[in-house]
Amino acid sequence: MQTVLAFLGGIGSGAFAILAAAGRVVLFALAALWHTVRPPFYPRQLARQVVEIGYFSLPVVALTAIFSGMVLALQSYTGFSRFSAEGAVATVVVLSITRELGPVLAGLMVAGRIGAAIAAEIGTMRVTDQIDALTTLSTNPIKYLVVPRVVAATLVLPLLVIVADILGVMGGFIVGVAKLEFNASTYMTRTWEYLKAEDVISGLVKAAVFGFIIALMGCFQGYHSKGGAQGVGAATTNAVVSASILILVFNYVITELFFAR
Amino acid sequence: MSEADSRPPKIRIRGLCKAFGPKVVLDRLDLDVPAGRSLVVIGGSGSGKSVLIKCILGLIEPEAGTIEIDGRNVLAMRRAEREAINEHIGMLFQGGALFDSLPVWENVCFGLIAKRRLKRREARPRAIEILAQVGLGPEVADLSPAELSGGMQKRVALARAIAAQPDIIFFDEPTTGLDPIMGAIIDALIVEQVQRLGATAFSITHDMASAQRIADTVAMIHKGAIIWTGPASEMRHSGNPYVDQFVRGSTKGPIRMEVRR
Repeated sequence: MQTVLAFLGGIGSGAFAILAAAGRVVLFALAALWHTVRPPFYPRQLARQVVEIGYFSLPVVALTAIFSGMVLALQSYTGFSRFSAEGAVATVVVLSITRELGPVLAGLMVAGRIGAAIAAEIGTMRVTDQIDALTTLSTNPIKYLVVPRVVAATLVLPLLVIVADILGVMGGFIVGVAKLEFNASTYMTRTWEYLKAEDVISGLVKAAVFGFIIALMGCFQGYHSKGGAQGVGAATTNAVVSASILILVFNYVITELFFAR
Repeated sequence: MSEADSRPPKIRIRGLCKAFGPKVVLDRLDLDVPAGRSLVVIGGSGSGKSVLIKCILGLIEPEAGTIEIDGRNVLAMRRAEREAINEHIGMLFQGGALFDSLPVWENVCFGLIAKRRLKRREARPRAIEILAQVGLGPEVADLSPAELSGGMQKRVALARAIAAQPDIIFFDEPTTGLDPIMGAIIDALIVEQVQRLGATAFSITHDMASAQRIADTVAMIHKGAIIWTGPASEMRHSGNPYVDQFVRGSTKGPIRMEVRR
């Protein structure tokens, strides 16, 4: 009996811990949103983060998108040729890239690059008293550290996804025309034929939400890190893992909101 | 009675309590910090010194008690009021807590720029003036904190602490990690700058030589409470067995360190 109670107790305390952590994240997010609209603002910090998150993530997002588009074209062709539906390759590539692969792959790649960097930087600031120093210098750490990163990531992820969409479709086009011997003009016509604004917009909305999640989780984990180098390492891992999971969860939620009939 | 003695205390602490789980760190602590004087709190590791200073600075919230600065209870203040109080406070952190991402001159003038009291183009020359007050040349201004030695980092941190010409300056273990000569130099700079500004100084240390050099008054904290207060000149023959043991660094006496053998 005691073993059963201990087992159930373990499940209960685990559930409470998850709920408490979720509550802390929500409160942190609300604080970040609240301070986003209240002065003082730090435009230099925002500009720095836009460059850091947007510009320096371009190569990794571009490479991911172009190769994903190429693979998608190849896989679609080999799969569809089994039931003579090769003509749908261009449409499948553009819809998959704009709706799913563009935002999700860009989100996951940026989560790995930027989420980890944010958590490590803010975590190091926490364990070396730099965040306390901000407070003693009458500077709100949420405003100075968290808001610029969250706003920058939310703004630049959609821009990165536009680039990913274009390069992903281009990757499919290159494979389609150069390797699978589609007619270039026909391929482009098929690409545009079934593409709707809703497909692109849903991807951009996802990107903005993913950007918010990546920066928020990086800031949250870094801000609450403790215990020196080990704590910063744990914060970095947690930031990437939690952001990646949340990206996949919210990907489903947003897809449901846009496309469920 | 001197003029300083007749003034109400700059900082008045009454009944301050703080515990982390079952561990009581501050236990109904009472302390007065005289205006315009230098008070040093001495005590062993884990005696509550750092928690005390963090409570006064608003970095940790105590469970009970009052902390008055200039007669106003800072624990009952709203965040904006507290930030206004912090504008008149300087803090030298144990590890310096300089901002890695900013050059030395921006570190020094961070508080002035953040509060729009100084434009960026005016800040660099001002920072060079302040650096000169702590014995550093203009060539240091554009370096990153990581390029400085430990002693130079402490001096830059001191420059940042005095940049806004504060009424109260806190020093957390100002000589920790420095060789005895550099420790003495930092102590001399602290005394010089505190006297120049006419500020109230509150320091915590377990370096007896440093305490002797910078203190007008010494208070000893043990198990979260102040157990002795007196002039610095009486510290070495206080008649208090706890103070005597601590000053001598003896293993024999009423202070029992939590060491397992």
